[in-house]
Amino acid sequence: MGPIGIMWLRQLKRYWRSKARMIGSLGQPILFLVALGFGFGPIYQKAGGGSYIQFLAPGIIAMSILFTAMFSGLEIIWDRQFGFLKETLVSPVSRINIMIGRTLGGATVAFLQGIVVLLLCFIIGFRISDFGLLPLGLLFMFLIALLFTALGTAIASKLEDMQAFPLFMNFIIMPIFFLSGALFPLNGLPSAITIISSFNPLSYGVDGLRTALGGSPHFGLGIDLLVVAFVTLVIGAIGSYLFSKIEI
Amino acid sequence: MAIKKEESHPIIQVKNLHKSFGAIEAVKDITFSVEAGEMFAFLGPNGAGKTTTIKMLTTLLHPTSGEVHINGFDPVHEQDKARKSFGIVFQDPSLDDELTAFENMEFHAILYKVPKEVRTKRIVTLLKFVELWDRKDSLVKTFSGGMKRRLEIARGLIHQPRILFLDEPTLGLDPQTRNSMWEYLLALNKKEGMTVFFTTHYMEEAEKVADRIAIIDHGQIIKQGTADQLKKATKTRTLEESFLKLTGRNIREENATSTSFMRQHRQMWRH
Repeated sequence: MGPIGIMWLRQLKRYWRSKARMIGSLGQPILFLVALGFGFGPIYQKAGGGSYIQFLAPGIIAMSILFTAMFSGLEIIWDRQFGFLKETLVSPVSRINIMIGRTLGGATVAFLQGIVVLLLCFIIGFRISDFGLLPLGLLFMFLIALLFTALGTAIASKLEDMQAFPLFMNFIIMPIFFLSGALFPLNGLPSAITIISSFNPLSYGVDGLRTALGGSPHFGLGIDLLVVAFVTLVIGAIGSYLFSKIEI
Repeated sequence: MAIKKEESHPIIQVKNLHKSFGAIEAVKDITFSVEAGEMFAFLGPNGAGKTTTIKMLTTLLHPTSGEVHINGFDPVHEQDKARKSFGIVFQDPSLDDELTAFENMEFHAILYKVPKEVRTKRIVTLLKFVELWDRKDSLVKTFSGGMKRRLEIARGLIHQPRILFLDEPTLGLDPQTRNSMWEYLLALNKKEGMTVFFTTHYMEEAEKVADRIAIIDHGQIIKQGTADQLKKATKTRTLEESFLKLTGRNIREENATSTSFMRQHRQMWRH
Protein backbone atom coordinates (compact mmCIF):
# COMPACT_ATOMS: atom_id res chain seq x y z
CA MET A 1 0.00 0.00 0.00
CA GLY A 2 1.27 3.43 -0.95
CA PRO A 3 0.77 6.89 0.52
CA ILE A 4 -2.56 7.44 -1.27
CA GLY A 5 -3.81 4.08 -0.02
CA ILE A 6 -2.87 4.72 3.58
CA MET A 7 -4.51 8.16 3.55
CA TRP A 8 -7.65 6.49 2.19
CA LEU A 9 -7.53 3.72 4.77
CA ARG A 10 -7.10 6.21 7.59
CA GLN A 11 -10.34 8.00 6.67
CA LEU A 12 -12.18 4.68 6.62
CA LYS A 13 -10.78 3.57 9.97
CA ARG A 14 -11.68 6.85 11.61
CA TYR A 15 -15.22 6.58 10.28
CA TRP A 16 -15.61 2.95 11.27
CA ARG A 17 -14.37 3.64 14.79
CA SER A 18 -16.62 6.58 15.38
CA LYS A 19 -19.86 4.65 15.81
CA ALA A 20 -21.57 7.67 17.33
CA ARG A 21 -20.87 9.69 14.21
CA MET A 22 -22.03 6.85 11.99
CA ILE A 23 -25.33 6.35 13.80
CA GLY A 24 -25.81 10.06 14.49
CA SER A 25 -25.56 10.94 10.83
CA LEU A 26 -28.37 8.49 10.04
CA GLY A 27 -30.80 10.43 12.24
CA GLN A 28 -31.33 13.27 9.79
CA PRO A 29 -32.09 11.15 6.69
CA ILE A 30 -34.46 8.93 8.66
CA LEU A 31 -36.27 11.96 10.05
CA PHE A 32 -36.56 13.55 6.61
CA LEU A 33 -37.72 10.33 5.01
CA VAL A 34 -40.37 9.63 7.61
CA ALA A 35 -41.56 13.17 8.38
CA LEU A 36 -41.50 14.55 4.83
CA GLY A 37 -42.15 11.28 3.05
CA PHE A 38 -45.25 10.39 5.02
CA GLY A 39 -46.16 14.00 5.86
CA PHE A 40 -46.26 15.35 2.30
CA GLY A 41 -47.07 11.99 0.70
CA PRO A 42 -50.88 12.43 0.55
CA ILE A 43 -50.70 16.00 -0.83
CA TYR A 44 -48.11 14.97 -3.43
CA GLN A 45 -50.29 12.07 -4.50
CA LYS A 46 -53.41 14.28 -4.72
CA ALA A 47 -51.49 16.75 -6.87
CA GLY A 48 -50.87 13.91 -9.28
CA GLY A 49 -47.18 13.36 -8.58
CA GLY A 50 -47.49 9.69 -7.65
CA SER A 51 -45.64 8.19 -4.68
CA TYR A 52 -43.69 10.87 -2.81
CA ILE A 53 -41.41 8.30 -1.15
CA GLN A 54 -40.39 7.13 -4.63
CA PHE A 55 -39.56 10.73 -5.50
CA LEU A 56 -37.98 11.70 -2.20
CA ALA A 57 -35.70 8.72 -1.51
CA PRO A 58 -32.99 9.54 -4.10
CA GLY A 59 -32.99 13.12 -2.81
CA ILE A 60 -32.44 11.97 0.76
CA ILE A 61 -29.68 9.57 -0.32
CA ALA A 62 -28.00 12.50 -2.07
CA MET A 63 -28.51 14.65 1.03
CA SER A 64 -26.78 12.19 3.34
CA ILE A 65 -23.90 11.89 0.86
CA LEU A 66 -23.67 15.69 0.61
CA PHE A 67 -23.45 16.17 4.38
CA THR A 68 -21.04 13.31 5.03
CA ALA A 69 -18.81 14.30 2.12
CA MET A 70 -18.63 17.96 3.14
CA PHE A 71 -17.82 17.02 6.73
CA SER A 72 -15.14 14.59 5.58
CA GLY A 73 -13.54 17.38 3.61
CA LEU A 74 -13.78 19.62 6.64
CA GLU A 75 -11.80 17.11 8.71
CA ILE A 76 -8.71 19.00 7.56
CA ILE A 77 -9.68 21.66 10.08
CA TRP A 78 -9.58 19.08 12.86
CA ASP A 79 -6.32 17.70 11.58
CA ARG A 80 -4.92 21.19 11.63
CA GLN A 81 -6.12 21.80 15.17
CA PHE A 82 -4.94 18.46 16.50
CA GLY A 83 -1.63 18.80 14.70
CA PHE A 84 -1.86 15.75 12.48
CA LEU A 85 -1.87 17.84 9.32
CA LYS A 86 1.77 18.80 9.99
CA GLU A 87 2.77 15.14 10.05
CA THR A 88 1.44 14.66 6.52
CA LEU A 89 2.61 18.00 5.15
CA VAL A 90 6.22 17.51 6.28
CA SER A 91 6.45 14.02 4.77
CA PRO A 92 8.08 13.38 1.39
CA VAL A 93 4.68 12.83 -0.26
CA SER A 94 3.43 15.40 -2.74
CA ARG A 95 0.50 17.51 -1.67
CA ILE A 96 -1.50 16.35 -4.66
CA ASN A 97 -1.19 12.71 -3.55
CA ILE A 98 -2.19 13.62 -0.01
CA MET A 99 -5.19 15.46 -1.40
CA ILE A 100 -6.13 12.53 -3.67
CA GLY A 101 -5.89 10.03 -0.80
CA ARG A 102 -7.91 12.18 1.55
CA THR A 103 -10.58 12.96 -1.02
CA LEU A 104 -10.96 9.33 -2.10
CA GLY A 105 -11.18 8.30 1.57
CA GLY A 106 -13.77 10.93 2.42
CA ALA A 107 -15.74 10.13 -0.71
CA THR A 108 -15.72 6.41 0.08
CA VAL A 109 -17.04 7.12 3.55
CA ALA A 110 -19.82 9.34 2.15
CA PHE A 111 -20.61 6.72 -0.50
CA LEU A 112 -20.96 4.00 2.15
CA GLN A 113 -23.20 6.27 4.14
CA GLY A 114 -25.32 6.69 1.01
CA ILE A 115 -25.58 2.89 0.64
CA VAL A 116 -26.82 2.60 4.22
CA VAL A 117 -29.46 5.25 3.55
CA LEU A 118 -30.45 3.47 0.33
CA LEU A 119 -31.05 0.31 2.37
CA LEU A 120 -33.09 2.32 4.87
CA CYS A 121 -35.18 3.62 1.99
CA PHE A 122 -35.98 0.04 0.99
CA ILE A 123 -37.23 -0.64 4.51
CA ILE A 124 -39.49 2.41 4.38
CA GLY A 125 -41.00 1.30 1.11
CA PHE A 126 -38.86 2.68 -1.70
CA ARG A 127 -38.56 0.38 -4.73
CA ILE A 128 -36.13 0.37 -7.64
CA SER A 129 -37.81 -0.25 -10.98
CA ASP A 130 -34.82 -1.54 -12.95
CA PHE A 131 -31.89 -3.15 -11.11
CA GLY A 132 -29.91 -3.06 -14.33
CA LEU A 133 -29.57 0.69 -13.83
CA LEU A 134 -28.41 0.35 -10.21
CA PRO A 135 -24.67 0.49 -11.13
CA LEU A 136 -25.36 3.83 -12.81
CA GLY A 137 -27.07 5.02 -9.65
CA LEU A 138 -24.06 3.93 -7.59
CA LEU A 139 -21.80 5.80 -10.00
CA PHE A 140 -23.80 8.98 -9.42
CA MET A 141 -23.64 8.41 -5.67
CA PHE A 142 -19.87 8.11 -5.81
CA LEU A 143 -19.51 11.17 -8.03
CA ILE A 144 -21.66 13.25 -5.68
CA ALA A 145 -19.48 12.02 -2.82
CA LEU A 146 -16.27 12.93 -4.67
CA LEU A 147 -17.52 16.35 -5.72
CA PHE A 148 -18.53 17.47 -2.25
CA THR A 149 -15.56 15.95 -0.43
CA ALA A 150 -13.37 17.98 -2.78
CA LEU A 151 -15.48 21.07 -2.13
CA GLY A 152 -15.22 20.52 1.64
CA THR A 153 -11.46 20.12 1.32
CA ALA A 154 -11.16 23.26 -0.78
CA ILE A 155 -13.11 25.31 1.76
CA ALA A 156 -11.35 23.76 4.76
CA SER A 157 -7.96 24.60 3.24
CA LYS A 158 -8.94 28.23 3.64
CA LEU A 159 -10.60 28.02 7.07
CA GLU A 160 -8.36 28.36 10.12
CA ASP A 161 -10.76 27.07 12.73
CA MET A 162 -14.29 25.92 13.39
CA GLN A 163 -15.66 29.41 14.09
CA ALA A 164 -16.82 29.83 10.53
CA PHE A 165 -18.62 26.52 10.66
CA PRO A 166 -22.23 27.75 11.21
CA LEU A 167 -21.71 30.17 8.33
CA PHE A 168 -20.57 27.32 6.16
CA MET A 169 -23.51 25.17 7.21
CA ASN A 170 -26.19 27.82 6.65
CA PHE A 171 -24.85 29.50 3.55
CA ILE A 172 -23.35 26.60 1.63
CA ILE A 173 -24.59 23.15 2.62
CA MET A 174 -28.23 24.01 3.33
CA PRO A 175 -28.83 26.05 0.14
CA ILE A 176 -27.13 23.36 -1.94
CA PHE A 177 -29.46 20.80 -0.44
CA PHE A 178 -32.73 22.74 -0.48
CA LEU A 179 -32.27 24.17 -3.98
CA SER A 180 -31.28 20.92 -5.65
CA GLY A 181 -34.62 19.32 -6.38
CA ALA A 182 -34.00 16.75 -3.66
CA LEU A 183 -37.30 17.57 -1.96
CA PHE A 184 -39.49 18.88 -4.78
CA PRO A 185 -39.61 18.61 -8.59
CA LEU A 186 -37.81 21.38 -10.45
CA ASN A 187 -40.61 21.83 -12.98
CA GLY A 188 -42.71 24.97 -12.95
CA LEU A 189 -40.81 26.82 -10.25
CA PRO A 190 -40.38 30.61 -10.09
CA SER A 191 -37.67 31.53 -12.54
CA ALA A 192 -35.25 32.76 -9.83
CA ILE A 193 -35.24 29.34 -8.19
CA THR A 194 -35.00 27.59 -11.54
CA ILE A 195 -31.90 29.62 -12.39
CA ILE A 196 -30.26 29.04 -9.02
CA SER A 197 -30.94 25.32 -9.08
CA SER A 198 -29.57 25.01 -12.60
CA PHE A 199 -26.25 26.35 -11.28
CA ASN A 200 -26.31 23.91 -8.39
CA PRO A 201 -24.25 20.80 -9.20
CA LEU A 202 -26.27 18.74 -6.72
CA SER A 203 -29.36 19.29 -8.91
CA TYR A 204 -27.70 17.22 -11.61
CA GLY A 205 -26.48 14.65 -9.12
CA VAL A 206 -29.96 14.20 -7.67
CA ASP A 207 -31.52 14.09 -11.13
CA GLY A 208 -29.07 11.48 -12.35
CA LEU A 209 -29.48 9.35 -9.25
CA ARG A 210 -33.27 9.63 -9.37
CA THR A 211 -33.40 8.68 -13.04
CA ALA A 212 -31.11 5.70 -12.51
CA LEU A 213 -33.24 4.51 -9.61
CA GLY A 214 -36.41 4.68 -11.71
CA GLY A 215 -37.68 8.26 -11.51
CA SER A 216 -38.36 10.57 -14.43
CA PRO A 217 -35.47 12.75 -15.65
CA HIS A 218 -35.40 16.54 -15.52
CA PHE A 219 -32.15 17.41 -17.27
CA GLY A 220 -31.47 13.98 -18.78
CA LEU A 221 -28.88 11.36 -17.79
CA GLY A 222 -26.23 12.45 -20.30
CA ILE A 223 -26.22 16.07 -19.15
CA ASP A 224 -26.33 14.99 -15.51
CA LEU A 225 -23.28 12.79 -15.87
CA LEU A 226 -21.38 15.39 -17.88
CA VAL A 227 -22.07 18.25 -15.47
CA VAL A 228 -21.33 16.27 -12.30
CA ALA A 229 -18.11 14.81 -13.72
CA PHE A 230 -16.95 18.19 -15.04
CA VAL A 231 -17.70 20.09 -11.81
CA THR A 232 -15.98 17.34 -9.81
CA LEU A 233 -12.84 17.78 -11.90
CA VAL A 234 -12.89 21.58 -11.61
CA ILE A 235 -13.48 21.60 -7.86
CA GLY A 236 -10.93 18.83 -7.41
CA ALA A 237 -8.37 20.99 -9.20
CA ILE A 238 -9.25 24.08 -7.15
CA GLY A 239 -9.15 22.01 -3.96
CA SER A 240 -5.72 20.60 -4.84
CA TYR A 241 -4.43 24.08 -5.53
CA LEU A 242 -5.73 25.51 -2.24
CA PHE A 243 -4.50 22.46 -0.34
CA SER A 244 -1.04 22.84 -1.84
CA LYS A 245 -0.94 26.42 -0.53
CA ILE A 246 -1.65 25.53 3.11
CA GLU A 247 1.00 26.90 5.45
CA ILE A 248 1.30 25.95 9.06
CA MET B 1 35.83 9.68 -1.35
CA ALA B 2 32.15 10.41 -0.95
CA ILE B 3 31.86 9.32 2.67
CA LYS B 4 34.86 11.30 3.75
CA LYS B 5 33.46 14.38 2.11
CA GLU B 6 30.14 14.01 3.92
CA GLU B 7 31.84 13.59 7.25
CA SER B 8 33.94 16.67 6.91
CA HIS B 9 30.89 18.76 6.02
CA PRO B 10 28.43 20.02 8.61
CA ILE B 11 25.11 18.19 8.40
CA ILE B 12 23.11 21.36 8.92
CA GLN B 13 24.42 24.51 7.29
CA VAL B 14 22.69 27.86 7.59
CA LYS B 15 24.01 30.99 5.95
CA ASN B 16 22.55 34.50 6.27
CA LEU B 17 19.08 33.11 6.78
CA HIS B 18 16.30 35.67 6.82
CA LYS B 19 12.53 35.45 7.12
CA SER B 20 10.01 38.24 7.34
CA PHE B 21 6.24 38.13 7.58
CA GLY B 22 5.13 41.40 6.06
CA ALA B 23 6.77 44.10 8.15
CA ILE B 24 7.75 41.71 10.94
CA GLU B 25 11.28 40.33 10.73
CA ALA B 26 11.06 37.01 12.55
CA VAL B 27 14.58 35.87 11.63
CA LYS B 28 17.30 38.30 10.58
CA ASP B 29 20.55 37.08 9.20
CA ILE B 30 21.27 33.84 11.03
CA THR B 31 24.43 31.85 10.31
CA PHE B 32 25.41 28.65 12.05
CA SER B 33 26.26 25.03 11.38
CA VAL B 34 25.79 21.72 13.12
CA GLU B 35 28.28 18.85 12.79
CA ALA B 36 27.09 15.30 12.14
CA GLY B 37 26.52 13.46 15.41
CA GLU B 38 26.17 16.57 17.53
CA MET B 39 23.55 17.29 20.17
CA PHE B 40 22.79 20.88 19.30
CA ALA B 41 20.61 23.12 21.48
CA PHE B 42 18.84 26.11 20.03
CA LEU B 43 17.77 28.39 22.84
CA GLY B 44 15.95 31.68 23.00
CA PRO B 45 13.07 33.49 24.63
CA ASN B 46 9.57 33.10 23.25
CA GLY B 47 9.17 34.88 19.96
CA ALA B 48 12.93 34.94 19.39
CA GLY B 49 12.57 33.09 16.09
CA LYS B 50 13.27 29.49 17.14
CA THR B 51 10.18 27.89 15.69
CA THR B 52 10.39 29.98 12.52
CA THR B 53 13.97 28.78 12.06
CA ILE B 54 13.00 25.14 12.65
CA LYS B 55 10.17 25.49 10.16
CA MET B 56 12.60 26.78 7.54
CA LEU B 57 15.07 23.97 8.25
CA THR B 58 12.28 21.40 7.95
CA THR B 59 10.78 22.68 4.64
CA LEU B 60 7.57 24.01 6.20
CA LEU B 61 8.44 27.63 5.48
CA HIS B 62 10.39 29.15 2.62
CA PRO B 63 13.15 31.54 3.67
CA THR B 64 12.90 35.15 2.48
CA SER B 65 16.60 35.00 1.75
CA GLY B 66 19.70 33.04 2.74
CA GLU B 67 20.94 29.51 2.33
CA VAL B 68 20.05 26.30 4.12
CA HIS B 69 21.50 22.84 3.63
CA ILE B 70 20.10 19.82 5.40
CA ASN B 71 22.22 16.72 4.90
CA GLY B 72 23.53 18.50 1.80
CA PHE B 73 20.05 19.20 0.40
CA ASP B 74 18.32 22.50 -0.14
CA PRO B 75 14.93 22.35 1.65
CA VAL B 76 13.32 24.56 -0.99
CA HIS B 77 14.52 22.93 -4.21
CA GLU B 78 15.25 19.41 -2.99
CA GLN B 79 12.29 19.20 -0.67
CA ASP B 80 11.71 15.45 -0.71
CA LYS B 81 15.37 14.52 -0.30
CA ALA B 82 15.65 16.99 2.57
CA ARG B 83 12.46 15.60 4.10
CA LYS B 84 13.76 12.05 4.04
CA SER B 85 16.90 13.20 5.85
CA PHE B 86 15.22 14.29 9.04
CA GLY B 87 12.63 13.29 11.58
CA ILE B 88 10.76 15.90 13.53
CA VAL B 89 8.92 16.08 16.81
CA PHE B 90 6.80 19.21 16.85
CA GLN B 91 6.10 21.45 19.79
CA ASP B 92 2.44 20.47 19.70
CA PRO B 93 1.30 16.88 19.31
CA SER B 94 0.85 15.68 15.73
CA LEU B 95 -0.46 12.15 16.19
CA ASP B 96 -3.78 10.82 15.01
CA ASP B 97 -5.73 10.22 18.22
CA GLU B 98 -8.21 7.91 16.52
CA LEU B 99 -5.51 5.49 15.38
CA THR B 100 -3.55 3.07 17.52
CA ALA B 101 0.12 3.53 18.34
CA PHE B 102 1.03 0.86 15.80
CA GLU B 103 -1.15 2.40 13.11
CA ASN B 104 0.39 5.81 13.63
CA MET B 105 3.82 4.24 13.16
CA GLU B 106 2.71 2.30 10.10
CA PHE B 107 1.13 5.38 8.55
CA HIS B 108 4.39 7.27 8.91
CA ALA B 109 6.43 4.37 7.54
CA ILE B 110 4.28 4.21 4.41
CA LEU B 111 4.40 7.98 3.86
CA TYR B 112 8.19 7.77 4.03
CA LYS B 113 8.20 4.70 1.76
CA VAL B 114 10.00 2.44 4.23
CA PRO B 115 10.22 -0.93 2.41
CA LYS B 116 7.65 -3.47 3.52
CA GLU B 117 10.27 -6.05 4.52
CA VAL B 118 11.78 -3.87 7.23
CA ARG B 119 8.72 -1.85 8.19
CA THR B 120 7.23 -4.08 10.87
CA LYS B 121 10.61 -5.00 12.31
CA ARG B 122 11.55 -1.35 12.78
CA ILE B 123 8.19 -0.47 14.29
CA VAL B 124 8.53 -3.31 16.79
CA THR B 125 12.07 -2.29 17.74
CA LEU B 126 11.17 1.35 18.17
CA LEU B 127 7.98 0.74 20.13
CA LYS B 128 9.96 -1.51 22.46
CA PHE B 129 12.67 1.13 22.69
CA VAL B 130 10.23 3.79 23.91
CA GLU B 131 8.46 1.21 26.10
CA LEU B 132 5.13 1.37 24.33
CA TRP B 133 5.09 -2.13 22.88
CA ASP B 134 2.47 -3.39 25.34
CA ARG B 135 0.20 -0.49 24.31
CA LYS B 136 0.73 -0.84 20.57
CA ASP B 137 -2.94 -1.58 19.90
CA SER B 138 -4.38 1.13 22.13
CA LEU B 139 -5.86 4.23 20.56
CA VAL B 140 -3.54 7.19 21.01
CA LYS B 141 -6.32 9.22 22.62
CA THR B 142 -5.98 7.01 25.68
CA PHE B 143 -2.29 7.93 26.07
CA SER B 144 -0.79 10.34 28.61
CA GLY B 145 1.24 13.35 27.46
CA GLY B 146 4.52 11.55 28.09
CA MET B 147 3.45 8.46 26.18
CA LYS B 148 2.41 10.60 23.22
CA ARG B 149 5.78 12.32 23.17
CA ARG B 150 7.60 9.00 23.29
CA LEU B 151 5.46 7.72 20.46
CA GLU B 152 6.22 10.84 18.42
CA ILE B 153 9.93 10.35 18.92
CA ALA B 154 9.66 6.70 17.91
CA ARG B 155 7.63 7.69 14.87
CA GLY B 156 10.17 10.31 13.83
CA LEU B 157 12.83 7.57 13.73
CA ILE B 158 11.15 4.93 11.54
CA HIS B 159 12.67 6.20 8.33
CA GLN B 160 16.11 6.28 9.99
CA PRO B 161 16.77 9.98 9.56
CA ARG B 162 20.25 11.46 9.85
CA ILE B 163 18.91 14.36 11.88
CA LEU B 164 16.20 14.54 14.50
CA PHE B 165 14.57 17.93 15.10
CA LEU B 166 12.85 18.39 18.42
CA ASP B 167 10.91 21.54 19.17
CA GLU B 168 10.43 21.69 22.96
CA PRO B 169 10.34 17.90 23.33
CA THR B 170 9.94 17.96 27.10
CA LEU B 171 7.47 20.83 27.48
CA GLY B 172 4.71 19.98 29.91
CA LEU B 173 6.19 16.66 30.99
CA ASP B 174 6.97 15.62 34.56
CA PRO B 175 10.63 15.40 35.66
CA GLN B 176 10.77 11.58 35.46
CA THR B 177 9.48 11.53 31.91
CA ARG B 178 11.78 14.38 30.91
CA ASN B 179 14.69 12.51 32.31
CA SER B 180 13.95 9.25 30.57
CA MET B 181 13.26 11.13 27.34
CA TRP B 182 16.76 12.55 27.34
CA GLU B 183 18.17 9.15 28.14
CA TYR B 184 16.52 7.78 25.01
CA LEU B 185 17.78 10.65 22.92
CA LEU B 186 21.32 10.47 24.26
CA ALA B 187 21.39 6.72 23.66
CA LEU B 188 20.30 7.28 20.06
CA ASN B 189 22.84 10.00 19.61
CA LYS B 190 25.66 7.87 20.98
CA LYS B 191 24.71 4.54 19.41
CA GLU B 192 23.49 5.63 15.99
CA GLY B 193 25.49 8.83 15.72
CA MET B 194 22.29 10.65 14.97
CA THR B 195 22.40 14.42 14.97
CA VAL B 196 19.88 15.95 17.37
CA PHE B 197 18.77 19.54 16.98
CA PHE B 198 16.49 20.71 19.76
CA THR B 199 14.96 23.72 21.42
CA THR B 200 14.03 23.76 25.09
CA HIS B 201 12.97 26.09 27.86
CA TYR B 202 14.81 24.05 30.45
CA MET B 203 18.34 25.44 30.70
CA GLU B 204 19.57 22.65 32.94
CA GLU B 205 18.58 20.13 30.25
CA ALA B 206 20.47 22.00 27.58
CA GLU B 207 23.48 22.30 29.84
CA LYS B 208 23.44 18.60 30.60
CA VAL B 209 22.91 17.08 27.16
CA ALA B 210 23.99 19.58 24.48
CA ASP B 211 27.42 19.42 22.85
CA ARG B 212 26.94 22.92 21.56
CA ILE B 213 24.42 25.67 22.14
CA ALA B 214 23.27 28.64 20.09
CA ILE B 215 21.34 31.44 21.73
CA ILE B 216 18.95 33.36 19.54
CA ASP B 217 17.12 36.56 20.40
CA HIS B 218 15.24 39.10 18.29
CA GLY B 219 15.84 36.89 15.26
CA GLN B 220 19.62 36.90 15.61
CA ILE B 221 22.14 34.50 17.08
CA ILE B 222 23.79 36.35 19.89
CA LYS B 223 26.19 33.66 21.08
CA GLN B 224 27.15 30.09 20.29
CA GLY B 225 29.52 27.54 21.75
CA THR B 226 29.69 24.84 24.40
CA ALA B 227 27.95 25.41 27.74
CA ASP B 228 31.35 26.05 29.32
CA GLN B 229 32.33 28.58 26.68
CA LEU B 230 29.06 30.45 27.18
CA LYS B 231 29.48 30.48 30.93
CA LYS B 232 33.06 31.63 30.65
CA ALA B 233 32.18 34.39 28.19
CA THR B 234 29.46 35.75 30.44
CA LYS B 235 31.34 35.04 33.70
CA THR B 236 28.42 33.14 35.18
CA ARG B 237 28.11 29.83 37.01
CA THR B 238 25.12 28.29 35.28
CA LEU B 239 23.77 28.31 31.75
CA GLU B 240 20.56 29.86 33.03
CA GLU B 241 22.48 32.84 34.39
CA SER B 242 24.44 33.30 31.19
CA PHE B 243 21.24 33.04 29.23
CA LEU B 244 19.69 35.78 31.34
CA LYS B 245 22.75 37.91 31.00
CA LEU B 246 22.74 37.50 27.23
CA THR B 247 19.05 37.94 26.58
CA GLY B 248 18.30 40.20 29.49
CA ARG B 249 15.13 38.45 30.52
CA ASN B 250 13.79 35.21 31.80
CA ILE B 251 13.19 32.55 29.18
CA ARG B 252 9.80 31.55 30.52
CA GLU B 253 8.19 34.94 30.19
CA GLU B 254 5.69 35.32 27.39
CA ASN B 255 6.33 38.00 24.83
CA ALA B 256 3.37 39.35 22.99
CA THR B 257 4.93 39.12 19.56
CA SER B 258 2.43 38.39 16.87
CA THR B 259 3.65 34.85 16.29
CA SER B 260 3.57 33.77 19.90
CA PHE B 261 0.24 35.47 20.28
CA MET B 262 -1.08 33.49 17.37
CA ARG B 263 0.33 30.30 18.77
CA GLN B 264 -1.29 30.87 22.13
CA HIS B 265 -4.51 31.66 20.43
CA ARG B 266 -4.40 28.47 18.47
CA GLN B 267 -3.51 26.43 21.51
CA MET B 268 -6.54 27.78 23.32
CA TRP B 269 -8.59 26.19 20.61
CA ARG B 270 -6.89 22.91 20.99
CA HIS B 271 -7.57 22.43 24.67
